[in-house]
Amino acid sequence: MHAPAPQSGSAQFWLGIRMFLPVAVSIAAYGVVWGVLAGQAGLSVLEVALMSGLVFAGASQFVALDMWTPGALPVLSIIIAAGIINLRMLLMSATLRPLVGHLSLPRQLGAMFFVSDEQWAMTMAEVRKGKGSVAFLLGTGALSWFAWMGSTLCGRVLGAFIDDPTRYGLDFAFTATFLALLLGMWRGRGDLVPWIVGALAAILTSRLIEGNWYIIVGGLVGSFAGALAETIRERRHVA
Amino acid sequence: MSLEALIAILGMAAVTFAIRAGGLLLANRLPTTGFVASWMKHVPGAVLAALVAPAILAGGAAEAIAAAVTALIYVVSRNLFAAMLGGVLAVYLARLALGG
Repeated sequence: MHAPAPQSGSAQFWLGIRMFLPVAVSIAAYGVVWGVLAGQAGLSVLEVALMSGLVFAGASQFVALDMWTPGALPVLSIIIAAGIINLRMLLMSATLRPLVGHLSLPRQLGAMFFVSDEQWAMTMAEVRKGKGSVAFLLGTGALSWFAWMGSTLCGRVLGAFIDDPTRYGLDFAFTATFLALLLGMWRGRGDLVPWIVGALAAILTSRLIEGNWYIIVGGLVGSFAGALAETIRERRHVA
Repeated sequence: MSLEALIAILGMAAVTFAIRAGGLLLANRLPTTGFVASWMKHVPGAVLAALVAPAILAGGAAEAIAAAVTALIYVVSRNLFAAMLGGVLAVYLARLALGG
């Protein structure tokens, strides 16, 4: 046994919380933004608490707000959009399997609730260093959950004091936030094709089909084009 | 809260949890490289591009200017909150200036 002695579960849990603190601050910042926008979109405080607490996935919650039209809620397209956007988590939780393999199935599944981009990235970084554990993941996840829940509720309550959002340009907050979120996802030139194709497909679809389907169509067509371009590039590289 | 809203939220929660749990259960069968993995990886960016592009196109000159300001602030500061505030301020001022 040359591996260093593993830390106890509770030590790993607290280490996860400590290391996640700076990330939690930025999550809280866009949680407040989401809460304000949720108020504009017509979500009640209870709806904000339920969505943040149970869905607990930022990007899909932002998209849901864009589709949220109280009175005539496009329930099915909201759920489908959430599924498509969160599909990436399939690959994340798959890579965490070695970490939770020793637990009972209900506990394994319980731990997976806390998987999201940031928690996963930090836990995998620990795993690559030969550390990391399910307790570490739960530490990051618990802090992330409280930061998201607290900040979105704060934003919702504070946002209620703004009477006419368009008067202050706050209607543009949606577009600005999405644009910044998009730019934050830039990883290199490989993103150019899916973004441009996704944008064009969405513009075209929004002219042809009524409703919010352009988001789903643009997302699927754009990412398909991105994967196609990536595969062709790799083939050329090999050849 | 309306029944519709409750169904939408619970549906989102169920689908999202099914994906989180599904990844674990299907771990040995999922592709980690290749076409399908690459497709899934590109979905969030393409979805956001699909959200933003029609919104900017539907706006006028004020919205286009504000979008440019938002992008510039984000690229320089890497701060989502600053970019959003800058964009909102820019659209407010641009609408005043352009009388829109």
